[in-house]
Amino acid sequence: MIKQGILFLLPLIWIVIKIVIVLVPLLVAVAYLTLAERRVIGAIQVRIGPNRVGLWGFGQPIADAVKLFFKESISPTAASRKLFIFAPVISLAPALAAWAAIPFQSGWVLANINAGVLYILAMTSLGVYGILISGWASNSKYAFFGAMRSAAQVISYEIAMGFALVGVLMAAGSANFTQIVLHQHGGFWHWYWLPLLPLFVVYWISGIAETNRLPFDMAEGESEIVAGFHVEYSGMGFALFFLAEYANMILISALAALLFLGGWLSPFEGIPGLAFLFAWVPGIIWFVIKISMFLFLLIWIRATLPRYRYDQIMRLGWKVLIPVTLVWIVLLSIAILTHLPPWFN
Amino acid sequence: MKKSAKSYTRSFLLWEIFVGLKLTLRYFFGEKITIQFPEEKTPLSPRFRGLHALRRYPNGEERCIACKLCEAVCPALAITIESEPREDGSRRTTRYDIDLFKCIYCGFCEESCPVDSIVETSLSHYHFEARGENIMTKPMLLAIGDRYENNIAKEKLADAPYR
Repeated sequence: MIKQGILFLLPLIWIVIKIVIVLVPLLVAVAYLTLAERRVIGAIQVRIGPNRVGLWGFGQPIADAVKLFFKESISPTAASRKLFIFAPVISLAPALAAWAAIPFQSGWVLANINAGVLYILAMTSLGVYGILISGWASNSKYAFFGAMRSAAQVISYEIAMGFALVGVLMAAGSANFTQIVLHQHGGFWHWYWLPLLPLFVVYWISGIAETNRLPFDMAEGESEIVAGFHVEYSGMGFALFFLAEYANMILISALAALLFLGGWLSPFEGIPGLAFLFAWVPGIIWFVIKISMFLFLLIWIRATLPRYRYDQIMRLGWKVLIPVTLVWIVLLSIAILTHLPPWFN
Repeated sequence: MKKSAKSYTRSFLLWEIFVGLKLTLRYFFGEKITIQFPEEKTPLSPRFRGLHALRRYPNGEERCIACKLCEAVCPALAITIESEPREDGSRRTTRYDIDLFKCIYCGFCEESCPVDSIVETSLSHYHFEARGENIMTKPMLLAIGDRYENNIAKEKLADAPYR
């Protein structure tokens, strides 16, 4: 009996260990992404940014976390209490769950599922329910405005993003992330960013919109609706929303690296001398470098562009991004049918 | 407003956004202008009007002769002076109070003083911890003057050519 119990428990424990191995570095990365964002934006604004807590300000995220942890969690009297507490969880859980299907290196994946891309799309769409519920449960007009804006925006941009991903699926002939990456084998010029360049740009723009980052942060819109969906939140509830936003940023960057920049593949593949020189570098290093590049781009864009007007966002999503993806998917199918070298032969 | 084909192409290729990104990247690598406060400080003019002080002559005699010009000129009515003759017959203040909550740091007291007694030093980092500490009395003002006399004299000298 006891032996059977252990046999039943062992795989479970092994899964939990694997989840911890993925999530702990992810949460640390989230914490330090907040610091990186403040430092990068500071540098762009000719400032230094937080550099007081610990060496080069490395203690800042910990200090922030401790501060938020000890703050009082206030829930407004008019709020729907259960949903109000539940909303941040709903918004964080899918952002973390999505990482199950992300391969960090050949074979390094929690769940190597065939419909990986679909799974991730589903998870990122679930995140918007957190924002919607928080906006509704707060019973505050600003929070409600934020939730409404966010819902409309995410639905609009999900279509463009979905079409951009359809392009990748067509090119790779698979919805499994490992397969998609392996299809991009052959070096820098074989990665999908080049043949799918318009889809790459559309994916990136709608990815920014999906994560509610500037210049598409209509859900927050500090200057118009205070802080949007999380006006009424404080303490840990607020912290969870922040965690979710930054985890989503990393997720979107990881997806961009996997789908368009060859995931864990070395950029020097196929170049005679360099390929040999960098052959010892493990794939996960390349993957992390690519993710960091995209994260820097996200922060850089945030520091550069002002917030879009709401009707401009809708116009961009429906009248520009969706037609572009449709046209490129047609062109792409022609290229695939004619086995256009060097990508589709 | 009709847009030209060129403007459509430019907006489709995100031209202006790339121009903006280039600009912000230049600032990203550029020199930072932050002054790291406790270690670094911004330069101060010798005319800076901070905390007040009462000065003395080099022989230790206090400069103030209780002419009450500062009290009269003070637009915020922050200065209160009482005076009576000292044993040697000279007129001196028995009370010289400045209410720092009323004071607007205009520097008129310093301008009006015929003997350069009341001055505003460049001290700007001070605080009060209890009610009533905002009233600077004569001994407090004289103490500040004694302590920072070198500094005050240097600043007066630096500003003298422009007066």
